[in-house]
Amino acid sequence: MEHELETTLTVNGTTLRRRIEARQHLVDFLREELGLTGSHIGCEHGVCGACTVRVDGEIVRGCLMLAVQANGCQVETIEGLSDSGELAALQKAFHERNALQCGFCTPGMLMAARDLQVRNPKASRDQIRAHLAGNYCRCTGYQAIIDAVEDVLHGKS
Amino acid sequence: MKAPPFAYAKPRSLEEALDLLEHPGAKVLAGGQSLIPSLNMRLSSPDLLVDIGAIGPLAGIQVTGKTARIGALTTHAQIEQSEQIRKHLPLLANAAAHIAHPAIRNRGTLGGSLALADPAAEYPACALALDATIVILGRKGERRVKAADFFKGLFETDLEPGEILVAAEFRTGGESVFLELARRQGDYASVGIAAHRRSAEIRLAFFAVGPTAILATHAAAAARKSVAAAKEALAQDLDPPADLYHSGATKLHLARVLLGRALAQWNMN
Repeated sequence: MEHELETTLTVNGTTLRRRIEARQHLVDFLREELGLTGSHIGCEHGVCGACTVRVDGEIVRGCLMLAVQANGCQVETIEGLSDSGELAALQKAFHERNALQCGFCTPGMLMAARDLQVRNPKASRDQIRAHLAGNYCRCTGYQAIIDAVEDVLHGKS
Repeated sequence: MKAPPFAYAKPRSLEEALDLLEHPGAKVLAGGQSLIPSLNMRLSSPDLLVDIGAIGPLAGIQVTGKTARIGALTTHAQIEQSEQIRKHLPLLANAAAHIAHPAIRNRGTLGGSLALADPAAEYPACALALDATIVILGRKGERRVKAADFFKGLFETDLEPGEILVAAEFRTGGESVFLELARRQGDYASVGIAAHRRSAEIRLAFFAVGPTAILATHAAAAARKSVAAAKEALAQDLDPPADLYHSGATKLHLARVLLGRALAQWNMN
């Protein structure tokens, strides 16, 4: 029985082949093996959303997916989406609305907000709240984050 | 925390999966949205995870005549967004929207939720309310178990070691209501109800009020008389244990509130 598996995955457009321990979850792999430390580890049991990454176009909890499960998948992280400019409008609005203080939750917030922007670009404020409900922020009290996302979705930013 | 070491295999067929599950300490991995947290918290330490995620026959939604068969690997997001489910089994679509958050609904599966049998989970209650049939595959072939016989106790089901839950089958039609109270959106329920009626038959399943989801048969019978009688009778069905935030009495009160709201949606009084 294999405790380590040859795994091929594409991370932010680059295809990699690595031998990965089955017990390692995706965010640890991204952070520890690839140095992509933008995805954060908060609770490590799916509650906080700081580890949100995109796998095959859908957001997932990076701590609730084994890295070996990403075999054959397209993985996109905050680094990839930031460099491509996909998040530029949201990042600008977060900055303008002061939607972060310590910044720990911000990568996950941006990934979840971008997912909503793609799926429901005209989402109401209530729908924004619902979509981000799985991402914890311990600094801002959320209002500024919702404001920032609303600015982008409703064309104020 | 980090998961303990385990081996991992991803079979391509049900036959191969059943072979792998014969290994001692083998456990099925579906969406992993409950299993991986329990590994990370070291509440579970399997020797081998058998990832069933690539087995085609476990996926998909089929509606034929008055029966909908939903493959075990169907995700909460797929159930929430499926036109077929919205049309034929709206109870499930409404329930799916209450399960955790979008990122989790993208990976968590119907089969995983039913097989885990968390007492606060949404689908087991829906399966009871809809009188679903759970389809199970093992070495001896396929067997079919009614939801009422499938859920045995706290995280305990009729599944035997080495068996795989392959699908759930539901009769379509009727009217349904799904309501859930939680402290925050996406949290586990404090109390929830999955209610269904088909002509004169009313089935009321409550969750987060005992070791399993519970079919409230006394309340359903009394609902023919009045909502007040149904609320009164609910104490014969439920004796909820306290949780971290609510006493048993509060939970029974909240269950009665939800019962009243559900019956009001059917214009019962």
